Amino acid sequence: MPRWLKDYAPLLLIWIALLGLFSFSSDRFFTAATFSSLANQIPTLTVIAAGMTLVIITAGIDLSVGSVLGFAGAVFGLALLGWNLPVPLAVLLALLAGAGAGWVNGWISARLRVPSFIVTLGMLEIARGLSYLLTDSQTQYLGGTLSNLARPLPGIGLPPSFFIAVVVVILLQIVLTRTVFGRRIIAIGTNEEAVRLAGINPLGPKIAVFVITGALVGLGALFYTARLGSSDPNAGSGLELAAIAAVVIGGTSLMGGRGSVVSTFLGVLIIATLETGLAQLGASEPLKRVITGAVIVIAAVIDGWRTAGPGGPAALVRRLLKR
Amino acid sequence: MPPRPPTPPLRLEARGLSKRYNVPVLTDFDFTLEAGEVHALVGSNGAGKSTFARILCGLTPASSGALQLDGESYTPISKAHATAAGVVMVLQELNLIPTLSVAENLGFEHLPSRWGFIDRPRLRAQARAALALVGLDHLDPDQPAGGLGVGQQQLVEIAAALSRECRVLILDEPSAALTATETEELFVRIRALQAKGVAILYVSHRMDEIRRIADRVTVLRDGRHIATHSAPDFAVDELIREMAGHAQVIRPTARVSRRTQEVALAVRNLTAPPRVRGVSLEVCAGEIVGIAGLVGAGRTELLRAIYGADPVTGGTIELHGSLAVLPDPCAAVAAGIGMVPEDRKADGLLLPQSILANTTLASHDRLSHRGWMDAEAARRTTLETTATLALKCDRLEQPVAELSGGNQQKTVIARWLLRDAAVLLLDEPTRGVDAAAKDSIHRLMADLAERGKALLMVSSELPELMANCDRILVMSTGRIVGEFTPADWSEERITAAAFAGHMNPST
Repeated sequence: MPRWLKDYAPLLLIWIALLGLFSFSSDRFFTAATFSSLANQIPTLTVIAAGMTLVIITAGIDLSVGSVLGFAGAVFGLALLGWNLPVPLAVLLALLAGAGAGWVNGWISARLRVPSFIVTLGMLEIARGLSYLLTDSQTQYLGGTLSNLARPLPGIGLPPSFFIAVVVVILLQIVLTRTVFGRRIIAIGTNEEAVRLAGINPLGPKIAVFVITGALVGLGALFYTARLGSSDPNAGSGLELAAIAAVVIGGTSLMGGRGSVVSTFLGVLIIATLETGLAQLGASEPLKRVITGAVIVIAAVIDGWRTAGPGGPAALVRRLLKR
Repeated sequence: MPPRPPTPPLRLEARGLSKRYNVPVLTDFDFTLEAGEVHALVGSNGAGKSTFARILCGLTPASSGALQLDGESYTPISKAHATAAGVVMVLQELNLIPTLSVAENLGFEHLPSRWGFIDRPRLRAQARAALALVGLDHLDPDQPAGGLGVGQQQLVEIAAALSRECRVLILDEPSAALTATETEELFVRIRALQAKGVAILYVSHRMDEIRRIADRVTVLRDGRHIATHSAPDFAVDELIREMAGHAQVIRPTARVSRRTQEVALAVRNLTAPPRVRGVSLEVCAGEIVGIAGLVGAGRTELLRAIYGADPVTGGTIELHGSLAVLPDPCAAVAAGIGMVPEDRKADGLLLPQSILANTTLASHDRLSHRGWMDAEAARRTTLETTATLALKCDRLEQPVAELSGGNQQKTVIARWLLRDAAVLLLDEPTRGVDAAAKDSIHRLMADLAERGKALLMVSSELPELMANCDRILVMSTGRIVGEFTPADWSEERITAAAFAGHMNPST
């Protein structure tokens, strides 16, 4: 079995098992319509969770992504409706708004050495407040400005936003594994002092991961706006938790130094499939949340075993299974 | 006819002790420890010494075999159980909790309390008594343990063990972080315990110490018992041969000074409070300069200050004759300096990551094109370097955490070979490293000097400095207080110089 497949096999198996389970319990599940709706739902979470993966690999965290999504969406709406800017310029502003918020997060946490948990917790409030201020707390209807992004392509049934998100995942995975920047953020997450003493200034990469995440949140805001045709100041609330959950299910260590963007994408697929499948089974919202939460915890426990090494409980389970 | 004196009881006896993890690490090991003896256990890293010690103190169970303590079956199931039975161990790694005070660390297992509140005066008194056992009377028991230097932390750990009632005391590399004077102090304590009938298992790499303190020596290799020698009857050469299992490690005997006239590193009046106070020194290309001194003399801090790792308040640094401004390690590395830090696990290595990731860490710019890593070049140069260093590993993707201490240290050194640093700062480069690896690190240093590199090396082992350096500087309380050349140095003279500054703390 090739190494890449081995790395992703457990998550792929879980995803396939979920697909099988839901197909078995509902004959409406395994249809093109379901996959089309999945593909339409996940691009926003995918790009944000991809950025979050990089932040978490450096042993940081970004709790502000949901609010920054609302903020970037508000900037987009304002640029189009308030300032009557052309669409490309408004798109650029939305991306810049996200990247700017990310830069503030990164600069304060890396340069001033404040834990990113606290900085981004502050940004969570600030960005949400700003998005209310910019929109007067009103949802702005933008009509069909970007709706092409979210409309399924004829013949394929998947929207452009889905393909863009997949490209982002692949690009970031390549950056992570093949570039100096990628190797450095993994090294920083493993042992920042050793990196510093090896003559690398950790500041740049540490700020960069927040800027990248911010820009991707801006992109996510565009996907979101495209899908709903409006800019909603409440957009994205709670999204930070879904993104972190996807990263954790993907096996990225919250302690930093280890992770994969592709695995995070599989984590997104698992969460989204679970939600869609449970919805089709008629599970209530509260029940969906209980089950999703349990899956996150179980994933973290399994990952803890897996990384505990040869003496860990995973080896025990494997030995039991062999018998 | 006088009655035959009863044979002294065996304090501890191991019969056929084995331990397997995935591979056997200890195989059919027989071992005896008498009351009142110091029994040294030697062997290369990975020979099974630590595993044996861990079994004795209940940290890990044996796979098979039996232990007897004073004639009774002894199967420790936990560290607490072993401690209660009187088997106490001082671990090789530091285990103090840095945020708690020295006193709290010392009394951690039985904090004296009154109605649930800690009885501070009693705790303090107990701590003072324990600290006096290792000659640390002057230490404030209320200061946080994290503020102590590595050597002092080690002494505090030993104090914690000594203050317990014990029948068997296990010391794993106790002198690794100690200076010569502190080691002497430790030996006095060991002899006192011996006189009280405590049996001492002494695990160490340092042959000179073993020759002085041990009544018997047992050699382990690949988890097997190789030989046991009694007191005056062991030669270091023979022990090393038994440990290595192959022909004797040959030391370069005649040393030709490789020193050139070109000053590679010149430090003038460098000040980095509180530990470095106006240090001036020069290292020529092709020269190995050693820095001796007691723990706390500011040796590590001096290297860090030169390297830009700690803030400097005064003084200048010249590299190859031109002024260098080194505000951070980034600038130092760019200027051609490399540092092998004292604590390789905390400051040097990315433990869970591959050998490749570790060796290439300082050379990303040279092993990449426009930000893309050149995996091929990284592999090739790393392979060349690991071959030079005789670094033993299964594959370059192997996590460094799986390597022995010696090979971990070689990985850190390989990083600077890859970078081709012109000036190398080495802080205790062979601490916790087995004899064979130590030898290859020394050879490599000589080889680097031969090739015109300038090496500045800190070590607490005087014989190591004297065997490898062209010059030795002695540091005390933040200053250079002496300089020796092979013509005029001796252990006594260097020790005396190191100690001189500490006799008079007002200077």
